[in-house]
Amino acid sequence: MKVLCGIGGSDDSFRALDRTVERAAVANDDLTIAVVDNEDSETSPDEVADRATAAVDEAGIDAEVRRVEGDPGSRLVEIAETEGFEEIVLGGGHTSPMGKITIGSIAEFVLLNAKTSVTLVR
Amino acid sequence: MSDRGYPDAVADEFPPPPTTFTDREDREIEVRPYEGDDEAREALVEMYDSFDPADRAQGIPPGGEERIREWLEAILPGDCYNVIAWCGDEAAGHATLVPDGDAYELAIFVHQTYQRAGIGTHLIRGLLGHGQANGVEKVWLTVERWNRAAVSLYKKIGFETSDAESFELEMGLRLCPDPDEETDGSGEEVDGPDGDQ
Repeated sequence: MKVLCGIGGSDDSFRALDRTVERAAVANDDLTIAVVDNEDSETSPDEVADRATAAVDEAGIDAEVRRVEGDPGSRLVEIAETEGFEEIVLGGGHTSPMGKITIGSIAEFVLLNAKTSVTLVR
Repeated sequence: MSDRGYPDAVADEFPPPPTTFTDREDREIEVRPYEGDDEAREALVEMYDSFDPADRAQGIPPGGEERIREWLEAILPGDCYNVIAWCGDEAAGHATLVPDGDAYELAIFVHQTYQRAGIGTHLIRGLLGHGQANGVEKVWLTVERWNRAAVSLYKKIGFETSDAESFELEMGLRLCPDPDEETDGSGEEVDGPDGDQ
């Protein structure tokens, strides 16, 4: 499957990265990892990209790590549509001190606007 | 988190628990703070273990006894404030304030057997009274937009919407004056009748 994994540096995005890379190694997915600007993230896009590359190398798969600038949600939807991706994978939200799950604004936009299936990794 | 919004005005004074009342089904209900005892914790485990998953909010309460115990371990201890609505020795409802930086996150659950009887109003007022007695300044919560009963309860209590741009509404309440800021010092106590009864 042709999979686009969007990560911005939040904890849940790294969880999505690890799981997607793991799956790609088993299922032989055609994986692209898009490093997007997440203004809520304290990790810089360069660091996020380094971490993605390391994960890909460690799994021994052939996946592109691409830096994507601009509004993250709309860029991910646009790339998925123009390049024929079948699925977008994102982090599944963060957990409040109470334990409530909150979905990030990028995931909200992608869920409502993508034509492809969307997977939120928990 | 410090970037959440709160009303400028400080909320009414709420009665600190214990409080007792008769609900709309003529049941005697007592609201008491959780004091760390095992019996109360076990009563909560029992309440949440039979809780209807349809009334879950953003993943809580979790399902299954093991996860319920894990979750309660995170929200019952020392620096959290918890109150329980008791019907005899059965937990009918539970409300909690969990610390989050300089504020507290609020959640409240009433078991299906005890819903629509006015218990939620007494329970949240008891929790906020307990919080005020302990100097809690700011409280926030999230609530799903479609949960109108909950949204109107929070509004009635004095919560104001601070973020309406996500799937969930975020609401805030100022429970005690900020000690760093000047207050108007009117000292007036406004504690109107409980409109839910």
